[in-house]
Amino acid sequence: MRAILMSVFSFFAAATLSVTNSLAGEVEVLHWWTSGGEAAAVQELQKMLQKEGHMWTDFAVAGGGGSAAMTTLKSRAVGGNPPTAAQVKGPQIQDWAELGVLTNLDEVAKAEGWDDTVPKVVADIMKYQDGWVAVPVNVHRINWMWLNKAVFDKAGLAYPKTWDDFFAAMETLKKAGVTPIAWGGQNWQEATVWETVVAGVGGNDFYKKALVEADMEALKSDTMVQCFEVMRKMKQYTDPNAPGRDWNLATSMVIKGEAAVQFMGDWAKGEFTAAGKKPGEDYDAMPAPGTEDSFLFNVDSFIMFDVKDKDAKAAQAAMARLILSPEFQVVFNVNKGSIPVRSGIEEQPFDSIAVSSMGDFAATAESGGLMPSMAHEMAVSPAIRGAMFDVVTNFYNSDMSAADAASKLAAAVGEAM
Amino acid sequence: MSEAKRFNPLDYLERTLPKLVIAPSFMAMMVFIYGFILWTVYISMSKSTFLPNYDFVGLIQYVKLWRIERWYVACKNLLIYGGLFISVCIALGLLLAIFLDQKIRLEGVLRSVYLYPLSLSFVVTGTAWRWMLNPGLGLEKLVRDLGWESFKFDWLVNSEMAIYTVVIAAVWQSTGFVMAMFLAGLRGFDSSIIKAAQVDGASLPRIYWKIIIPSMRPVFFGAVIILTHIAIKSFDLVVVLTRGGPGYSTDLPATFMYAYAFTRGRLALGAASATMMFMMVMAIIIPYLYSELRSRSND
Repeated sequence: MRAILMSVFSFFAAATLSVTNSLAGEVEVLHWWTSGGEAAAVQELQKMLQKEGHMWTDFAVAGGGGSAAMTTLKSRAVGGNPPTAAQVKGPQIQDWAELGVLTNLDEVAKAEGWDDTVPKVVADIMKYQDGWVAVPVNVHRINWMWLNKAVFDKAGLAYPKTWDDFFAAMETLKKAGVTPIAWGGQNWQEATVWETVVAGVGGNDFYKKALVEADMEALKSDTMVQCFEVMRKMKQYTDPNAPGRDWNLATSMVIKGEAAVQFMGDWAKGEFTAAGKKPGEDYDAMPAPGTEDSFLFNVDSFIMFDVKDKDAKAAQAAMARLILSPEFQVVFNVNKGSIPVRSGIEEQPFDSIAVSSMGDFAATAESGGLMPSMAHEMAVSPAIRGAMFDVVTNFYNSDMSAADAASKLAAAVGEAM
Repeated sequence: MSEAKRFNPLDYLERTLPKLVIAPSFMAMMVFIYGFILWTVYISMSKSTFLPNYDFVGLIQYVKLWRIERWYVACKNLLIYGGLFISVCIALGLLLAIFLDQKIRLEGVLRSVYLYPLSLSFVVTGTAWRWMLNPGLGLEKLVRDLGWESFKFDWLVNSEMAIYTVVIAAVWQSTGFVMAMFLAGLRGFDSSIIKAAQVDGASLPRIYWKIIIPSMRPVFFGAVIILTHIAIKSFDLVVVLTRGGPGYSTDLPATFMYAYAFTRGRLALGAASATMMFMMVMAIIIPYLYSELRSRSND
């Protein structure tokens, strides 16, 4: 059945694309980068592609952190009319590749030396059966802790490096009348904190076993119970109005000094910058306790659908090449607030937090601490990720015991496999 | 040759025109509603993951569905929300309609006041109530600022109570509509019957309770049907008001279906939940329709 579906797919894809792309080198790009800095960043790619004489048809679908765009992509693909390129990330790349509808990018990859510049952990996600089928664009680090400097100085506290120090500091801050942790009560934010805790409490190997391989023994282990206990302990240092709060509102609590810390990926930096705050003076960012040697990454990427038209193929190759070119990597990532996904990029245009992130990216790629983020769709299939989200958010928002949570986690993941 | 047998094109047109005019919309309905219901039922018995796949696997997805704790939460919420929403809307709507029917001054203004929420979408209603019910922004803060320091109204952020905030917002939105339906029914009521009852010495509440409200049966029927389908398809209100949270404590079958089918790449399971929803509607509506229509034909 799958074979039939695939052939029907590729037939329609070929038929329609060869018609629509008879114009010289046109790419239709589906993406969900529609907000300020992101839109500016993606426009740079458009300009660079146009400079090389190719046409860019923008197909932006806003909303839902990409879920609206994915729904659109599926309906276009089922209708036999997929766009030339689409923003798809993590294990979903494999799902599309398995249908046999993607272009193999090995030629560009070899010419540009992607294998030497992109870390292997990232490259493996972009490859299907050892061939490149997706182009990585940028890297966000997830396991950051954002701290308001003035709040810590006033309480006479040093930045906590271990979980014991962290909870001691939170206790002091709570007594001082500050909300210690700025919490956004939405399932993906709770999962973001949770995976950071899993890396921080369990360590890198445990994180890989539990959240990347979804290993049953690891999921119901005592270490996992400990991780849930840390989550439970955090709750008493959050304010009662947290449920439903957006991440940027939580960030603004830290900016205003109403709260002391927030656990969030490095896109939070944009909020601080927009509020006119300076790193090192007004706020600081450091890896969450216990995660100095971990780098949970969220990498955006583009997949290219198979096209028969020669000019369109050339435009596709050009787009793939440009995305990983040093010029685009700099201009895009400075705009978006992320860091380059390839090595050999000068540090000068980036801010201090990005520079330290770039150093850690290279170092953890060597040490094995570079790991895909579960919460941000890099590690496990959407079905398993959803099952994990449900257990974590249900645990956090009820009085379930940590031991129950770990066994429910294993059961839910088993069901979703 | 008799007149009747002669072919008259105009007659023919007159007979077939209605069918011709209705045919396209009938076809569209057959395909886009009933066809897709059947398609969904088939998908629910397939292996579909993130794209449709037509390999038949039987009822496995239903077995899986009924093992998922979140589905039970969603169904329980639908019972609480649907039950309260329908009964409170009808009770309040009827009460308001009876008050408005007392030939009071400014009736037109009051009627608009109660009907106005209906002109808002559930998205707007949800956003407004999210702000009002947020303990740190809305009602609780207001009352505390007015001096009642210990006042507590934190249903929105309380897993146990959050589903009731959805009821509050939905009732606020739809009561005016039910009121309008009852008001129309009351206006159509023959006033000579009321006068006759008054001559016989019946009090006004008694007249309403024993004569007028029982005669509103068709209005109740209409209101229940309309409110039931609003309750079951509720999606936007929950998404905006509570985002299904805290946790997934305010999940409804519709939001469950969306999450599984479209964001988790489990199309077959999502289709199974949609089919279950469809069966729930049928289980409620069919007996009700049957009893209503039968009793009416007996009248």
